[in-house]
Amino acid sequence: MKAICWYGKDDVRVDTVPDPKILNQSDAVIKITSTAICGSDLHLLNGYIPTMQKGDILGHEFMGIVEETGSEVKNLKRGDRVVVPFTISCGNCFFCQKEMFSLCDNSNPNAWMAEKLYGYSPSGLFGFSHMMGGYAGGQAEYARVPFADVGPIKVPDELEDEQVLFLSDIFPTAYMAAENCRIEPGDTVAIWGAGPVGLLAIKSAFMLGAGRVISIDSVEERMALARQAGAETLDFNDEEGVLELLKQKTGGRGPDSCLDAVGLEAHGTSMGAIYDRIKATAFLATDRPNALRQAIVGCRKGGTVSVPGVYGGLLDKMPIGAAFNKALTIKMGQTHVQHYLKPLLARIKGGEIDPSFIITHRMRLEDAPEGYASFKHKQDNCIKIVLKPGQSAATTNGH
Amino acid sequence: MSSPATSITNVGTRSDDKTDATRNKSSRKPSVNVGSTERTISTVGGAALALYGLSRGSLAGIAIAAIGGGLIYRGTTGHCNVYEAINVDTAHGKHGGVSVPGNSGIKVEKSITINKPASELYKYWRNFENLPRFMDHLESVTVSGEKNSHWVAKAPAGTTVEWDAEIINEKENELIAWRSLEGADVDNAGSVRFEEATGGRGTVVKVSIEYNPPGGIVGATIAKLFGEEPNQQVQEDLRRFKQVMETGARSTTEGQSAGAGR
Repeated sequence: MKAICWYGKDDVRVDTVPDPKILNQSDAVIKITSTAICGSDLHLLNGYIPTMQKGDILGHEFMGIVEETGSEVKNLKRGDRVVVPFTISCGNCFFCQKEMFSLCDNSNPNAWMAEKLYGYSPSGLFGFSHMMGGYAGGQAEYARVPFADVGPIKVPDELEDEQVLFLSDIFPTAYMAAENCRIEPGDTVAIWGAGPVGLLAIKSAFMLGAGRVISIDSVEERMALARQAGAETLDFNDEEGVLELLKQKTGGRGPDSCLDAVGLEAHGTSMGAIYDRIKATAFLATDRPNALRQAIVGCRKGGTVSVPGVYGGLLDKMPIGAAFNKALTIKMGQTHVQHYLKPLLARIKGGEIDPSFIITHRMRLEDAPEGYASFKHKQDNCIKIVLKPGQSAATTNGH
Repeated sequence: MSSPATSITNVGTRSDDKTDATRNKSSRKPSVNVGSTERTISTVGGAALALYGLSRGSLAGIAIAAIGGGLIYRGTTGHCNVYEAINVDTAHGKHGGVSVPGNSGIKVEKSITINKPASELYKYWRNFENLPRFMDHLESVTVSGEKNSHWVAKAPAGTTVEWDAEIINEKENELIAWRSLEGADVDNAGSVRFEEATGGRGTVVKVSIEYNPPGGIVGATIAKLFGEEPNQQVQEDLRRFKQVMETGARSTTEGQSAGAGR
């Protein structure tokens, strides 16, 4: 089959690889109909995530048709149409039974690697480094899905791929991030980043009762979408400074909660941001937490900071004094996707939200390397790319 | 209470040890105080280290080569100065039924919490033939009686080591302890304990493994250099035990698709 493989920094290629097989009897093999490139895939492209190996198949946002199931799979059969969560979870361990699926004890065969860095290992993830299990990803024609009775959710035929595809990651990620904001009716939520997660987090925050959402970004087409989603916008590069503007916009109190949907590769021109770039380049630190710093300093007293943006390693110059003295609550983590699948599918089905509004590009699987490049450089107004394995250019040529 | 593996090591009479050590010390030429398996491993391992060290050509390489040379000496003469200094003799027989003579072996203790009742875990472990399903260094265990079994384990360079073992202590759903019998290629002993975790959170499994590594402490150090770390190995065994018990199989990516890795 054809698959998108990682070969190094800024080097992803279309490769022909062996078709996936059932390895455990609780596995399924899925024929992929739609698969997306995630902002966190750019962290892999940019070489920020350790323990990638040449030839690794990328991709963790995918859906398709069940092709084959292992003998122990009970909930799925050949021909079922499913969306696959990016978190791989066994369903039986202490954490899965508490519905903390991204913390599954059993799904990471390379748990020892993660333990060296994190003390304890989170769950395995598709296509996201060997430290996270080294599972082959879903930017391919087929994928092996472990624990097929626990992860994949069947989706009704009347919903298009594009309406449900983002249940695999970014819609639950945005929704959990909004939930982590502990929103009370009428709250003001500030969201750093108006990429796919940031945009879906705006919608989610309103669903959870926010009175106002302030979206902070600097890319005009993203800010336009944020406004369409109901948010006020604030330019990250505004000379008055984000923190001052936030204070003015919230009557001097500050937002009730702040959400960092940017993560470890935040941009910025502040002294802190420049310092981060130098340190990260010299490998003295791995993450550039500019958005997170602002979220902490910008948040009102007693407020909540929610972090769905991916952080992988070490960071520096955290305003811990601001967090402590303002008695902030900080909530973060990879998404417990399985916990959110049913309620969010119901919201899509009920017409409350159509997450496909973030899609700007549809491409053939084979065009993924160009897709990665334009996504990275935000060329051609690129916000979200959906790849369609097995389809010709003619049917995917839509913006 | 100390673990059964610890207690059995203290069963032996220490006077035999002293006698051997005294005899070795009193002889004029370098006496044999290294066992035969260990001598072979010393010689082969020493030669490999020496060649590796010389091929590096750096200061560190020369040091490695020197260690290798020392091991060749140890292997060919059967005398180890380090063993002499710490009163260890692996050439002269067993000591009153002790599997692992006191403090001369490697001891690893690890624990893990498994979301299953102790009875289920005990039952699975008590059938020693299940052990190779999660202990990767084991090739097979054959149960030959109520208390007895024969174990085959993988050794470096595609070889195997074997031993007979007996269960020396057991308490249903709580504890199993075993040790190797006279004539083992590798003297070893182990125990596993199952304790209910607080708040109905499954079972805490505590394992203690003790063995005399082939090639002695020096052999174990070389093995560590090549990535065979006993602590890590036991931890991984336990992790796989948990996977098998909680999910029915080991989590794996072996045999999955990947690019050619150019």
